[in-house]
Amino acid sequence: MSIGLDLGPYTSFIATAYLAAALVVVVLIGWVAIDYRQQKARLRLLEQSGVTRRSGRAAADIR
Amino acid sequence: MSLLDLANPSRFLTLTARLLPWLAAITAILLVYGLYLSAMAPDDYQQGATVKIMFIHVPNAWLSMFVWGIMSVASLGTLVWRHPLADVAAKAAAPIGASFTFLALLTGSLWGRPMWGTYWEWDARLTSVLILFLMYLGLIALWRAVEDPSRAARAAAVLTLVGALNLPIIKFSVDWWNTLHQPASVMRMGGPALDKAFLIPLLVMAIAFSFLFLTLHLAAMRNEILRRRVRSLQMMQARGHASEAASAGGAAKHVIGAV
Repeated sequence: MSIGLDLGPYTSFIATAYLAAALVVVVLIGWVAIDYRQQKARLRLLEQSGVTRRSGRAAADIR
Repeated sequence: MSLLDLANPSRFLTLTARLLPWLAAITAILLVYGLYLSAMAPDDYQQGATVKIMFIHVPNAWLSMFVWGIMSVASLGTLVWRHPLADVAAKAAAPIGASFTFLALLTGSLWGRPMWGTYWEWDARLTSVLILFLMYLGLIALWRAVEDPSRAARAAAVLTLVGALNLPIIKFSVDWWNTLHQPASVMRMGGPALDKAFLIPLLVMAIAFSFLFLTLHLAAMRNEILRRRVRSLQMMQARGHASEAASAGGAAKHVIGAV
C-alpha cells in the first residue's frame, strides 16, 4: 500500500499501525458521542413521563 | 471558578460544555500537525521508516500509564476526600486508558516484528504492560458488574490503588531486568537521547494524544454524570409507582373490609 511516502519494505507494518490508531480513535469518539445521545434521550423520556429533579429543573437540562 | 465549584456536577457540566469545542479543535489541529511532522521525519539509520511507528507507540505507552495515574489520584479522591466527581473521573477514564494501552501493545508488536524478528517476547516491559491492559479490563468489568455506583466506586478505587504498584514496575522494568525492550530515551537523566528530527514529531504527537485524552475524558465524564442522573430519576419514578400501588392496595382493602 502506498500513502505517497516511500516507507520501504516495512510499509505494511507502518500503515497497519497508523490505521489501527485511527480506528481506535474513531471508535472512542463514536462511543462518547453515541453514549451522550443515549443519555439525553433517556432524560427526555423521563421528562415526558413527568419525573422532575429535586431542584425542579427539567431532567434533560444539562446546564 | 474554584476547584470546589467543580465538585458540583451541574457546574462541571456547564464549564465542560464551554470547554469541549475548544479542546476538540486544539486536539484536531495538533493531531494533523503531528501526523504531518511524522510523515516528514527522516528514516532512522538503524530502524529505517519503522521509526514512524514510534510516533504513535510512545505517546500511547506514556498515556497508558498516565491514565492509570489519573485514576489512582481519583481513587484517593473517592476513598479519602469523597469527592463527588472522583469516581466519575475514574470510571470514565478506564475505557480510554485501556484503548491507549491496547494501541501501545499493538503498535509495539508491529514495530517489533521487523526490528526484533518477533511480534511478542515475554520480557519484563511487555509483560508488565500486558498486565496493565488486563487490569484495565478487570476494572471495566467490575464497574459493569456492580449496579450501585457508590459500592462499585469503593471496590474499583481499592483495585486501582493496588494496580498502581505496577506503574513503577513498568517504568523501571528496562533498568531492573535484562529486557529486549530498549531503555528510556526521552524521559531520562541527562536529557533525551533522540535527535530533534525525531524528538519534535514525538513530542507533538504526545501533546496531541494528551489533548485527545483530556477531551474524551471530559466528554465521558459528562456522559457518566448524565447516566447517574437517569438512574436516580428512574429510582424516583419507581418509588412513586410503588407508593401509588401501596395506597391503591390499601384503598382496595378498605373497600373489601366495608363489603
